Amino acid sequence: MLKDEDRIFKNLYNDSGADFISAKKRGDWSNTKELCDKGKEWIINEIKLSELRGRGGAGFPTGLKWSFAPKQVGSRPHYLVINADESEPGTCKDRDILRFEPHKLIEGCLIASYAVNAHVCYVYIRGEYYNEGQKLQKAIDEAYENKVIGKNASGTGWDFDIYIHYGAGAYICGEETALLESLEGKKGQPRLKPPFPALIGLYGCPTIINNVETVAVVPTILRRGGKWFASIGKPKNTGTKIFCISGNVNNPCNVEEEMGISLKELIETHAGGVIGGWDNLQAVIPGGSSMPLLPKKTCDTITMDFDSLMAEKSGLGTAGIVVINKDQDIIKCMARIARFYKHESCGQCTPCREGSGWMWRMLERMAKGEASKDEVDMLMDVTKQIEGHTICAFGEGSSWPVQGLLRHFKNEIEERIKFEPVIKKSKDIPYLVDQHLLEKENA
Amino acid sequence: MTLRKISKDQPENFEFNSESLLEANNIIKKYPKGKQQSAVMSLLYIAQKQNDNWIPLSAMKYIGKLLDMPYVKVYEVATFYTMYNLTPVGKHFVQVCTTTPCMIRGAYKIVEACKEKISENENEFVKEKNCSWMEVECLGACINAPMMQINDNYYEDLDKEKALKILDQVISGQTPEPGSYRGRLNSEPENNRKTLLDVKNA
Repeated sequence: MLKDEDRIFKNLYNDSGADFISAKKRGDWSNTKELCDKGKEWIINEIKLSELRGRGGAGFPTGLKWSFAPKQVGSRPHYLVINADESEPGTCKDRDILRFEPHKLIEGCLIASYAVNAHVCYVYIRGEYYNEGQKLQKAIDEAYENKVIGKNASGTGWDFDIYIHYGAGAYICGEETALLESLEGKKGQPRLKPPFPALIGLYGCPTIINNVETVAVVPTILRRGGKWFASIGKPKNTGTKIFCISGNVNNPCNVEEEMGISLKELIETHAGGVIGGWDNLQAVIPGGSSMPLLPKKTCDTITMDFDSLMAEKSGLGTAGIVVINKDQDIIKCMARIARFYKHESCGQCTPCREGSGWMWRMLERMAKGEASKDEVDMLMDVTKQIEGHTICAFGEGSSWPVQGLLRHFKNEIEERIKFEPVIKKSKDIPYLVDQHLLEKENA
Repeated sequence: MTLRKISKDQPENFEFNSESLLEANNIIKKYPKGKQQSAVMSLLYIAQKQNDNWIPLSAMKYIGKLLDMPYVKVYEVATFYTMYNLTPVGKHFVQVCTTTPCMIRGAYKIVEACKEKISENENEFVKEKNCSWMEVECLGACINAPMMQINDNYYEDLDKEKALKILDQVISGQTPEPGSYRGRLNSEPENNRKTLLDVKNA
């Protein structure tokens, strides 16, 4: 278990208050000027040294991302955008940072803006977190009053403004380019990449987009040194991370732990174990709903970091752990997730718009046992048609959980299915087959 | 994708009152000159607040003129995002999260409570109670599941009894205290806390 002194978010449960004075007592804003005076190069290098990876899901190295911003400000201003559109089922870590550690976030925003030459920062908060947004606004007002942000922020000579922008209930706006579209006052439909936002982002200007947790840990990393952060966790998967443990556990909670902690330890120590005991465990979704689930056998030994989970064909994602025990109907659970993706598809790319609904309808039938036997293969085929054929990663996000279900629980589905295929002969319907895969055979 | 229904009864005119206009102007100032279109989402919220929790078409036209953008662009935004209500929902708008993490902790019990107290069908505006309810996707409070949102407030760690009680209070015009209904501190592990105990006991 991580020592308390190594925890970054000391006020995760709001024991000591989220206001400016309490935050200062915890060490926020103590030597912001000194940190900035060491220079942009030093800040970016220190973050690179810490091997901090983005906490929003994709796990992209933060220092590297910051170094993509143009070194000199040209005719277009630079922007920093904070992604607080936390909508992934199973994830609620950013909510607690916004509520209880807003000053860590604001200070992180100042330092990150300074490092990437931005004078303006927008925080995109999901619309449902209205009260959390108000708390952050209060903290921003306090920060302006104490002159730690604004003109000549914290005495660094850097002018810095921070604004909140509310979303309005679209999951897709958590995707960075959709978020930018939404910030510009349009429908939140993702853009094609390249060009990447670091060069052409908000209003066509260079923009760096980071998750709330990523930016909030930055001041502490700089104070204690990148080496300290890198010494926690595993190589390439360093530092601490807030895990959200929900579902069928005795004490669902948010907890900050080191990367690479074993899943079993995490659930048993902090969340009070699975309801009905460890043997009653059926499956775990390790990183928010878009990551494929893990069967119990894997859960016994798996460690929670980007690379170990990747090796099990899943991913750390946002570290939203959903524990599902044997009292639940796993097919129904995944059908509900498919319904979520059907609801949240933005409708821009056909494979995702049509496929997400198709997968949901098939899974609903499978949960009731009303599907026919050939539909299991058809479902797998549909997921393959969506994956990689869409503009953004939503396609993968919606098809991976279904693939995970088919990979580990195919037997359960097949046992439940009652109907024989309508056409008993083996089917060869060309429009259901990935045409580019056929090319080789035809050649 | 979701289908959005537009109300058949539309008021003919809509204008911001002085308070809303002041708020709107403050929001427009947040964005660079010439990029006032960015404020459209916030302005729709203001219109929704002013007009009893829903946005009529005339408000979209008004906002379009105010921000110097085509009406259809405002319409696109208002119909794309699910938090803009395009039909009357009442003063007390109840949203129950039923996505998997909430579902496996009994969210459909909360749905039953809504059916008993408000109306049999979701999205049905009950005039005498000034209230309606709907199932929504993940509200981002999974560790406090099951939960529901009433207007801006989150009610967490519920069961059917507690939900019934909260709904009674809401319909009678009170605002119950938001937060956890099992008495736990925010997102801490209930009765099992092993971290940051120094801070807790300080």
